Amino acid sequence: MNSLQNYLLLSSLLFSIGLAGVLIRRNAILVLIGIELMLNAANINFIAFWRFGPDPSALTGVIFALFSISVAAAEAAVGLAIILAAYRHSRTTDLDQMNSLKG
Amino acid sequence: MVLALLTVAGMAAAMGLRNAVHCVLALTLGFVGIAALYLQLGAQFVGLAQIMVYVGAVAILAVFAIMMTHNPESANSPVFSSQWSLGCIVATAVFAVLARAICSSAAFTQLLPPQPEVTVHQIGDSLMHRYVLPLEIMGLLLTAALIGAVVIAMDRREEMK
Repeated sequence: MNSLQNYLLLSSLLFSIGLAGVLIRRNAILVLIGIELMLNAANINFIAFWRFGPDPSALTGVIFALFSISVAAAEAAVGLAIILAAYRHSRTTDLDQMNSLKG
Repeated sequence: MVLALLTVAGMAAAMGLRNAVHCVLALTLGFVGIAALYLQLGAQFVGLAQIMVYVGAVAILAVFAIMMTHNPESANSPVFSSQWSLGCIVATAVFAVLARAICSSAAFTQLLPPQPEVTVHQIGDSLMHRYVLPLEIMGLLLTAALIGAVVIAMDRREEMK
């Protein structure tokens, strides 16, 4: 577990699990969590490429991962607020039942 | 290796379990595993930020949202959507393509470079000098997201009366 290839394989596996969750879950909150998981897989890539890259003392990967975590936190807050607003409107978080665009 | 297994198991359980609160607990386990991977890679500050942001904030926020939208009638409805087999096929295909690309690439012959010394002092220094503009923009984005989340989640019916 200490070569770049293994970390990339792990992060692509996590990305696929998140993608499967986004595509197959019915609960909107768990779909949002799947998106968070995909963002985390990208963060693992940033850190792994920074660690195994030509110049680890440049700190670019670390800073990029920190900014990415901040953007993901903002996205989670706004996404959950949208889900709460949609729940108040339609009384459900089931994505198969949220099929109306008529308001 | 153990950390990778822990992370994958937590994340797979988070996407597969029936009870949504159990899903978030499994997700917390996966986030802790990812933070431990960051520590293993020598990025201490990112690992601790991961624990603070994801385990401390995002998981708690998700639990609150699940409890606020809990609907006892839907407890017996199916967990997965009607086209779940299609979703599984797409996700497996994406993983197959990524894994094939990773395994067939020739760019992974280099050895592990020496452990870089990254202190919090260095990170703060570069955030205040080289990356000060992205930092300011990030602060603006977080403020806008906070206000936007409050405005979206606010109950408008009382205002209209």
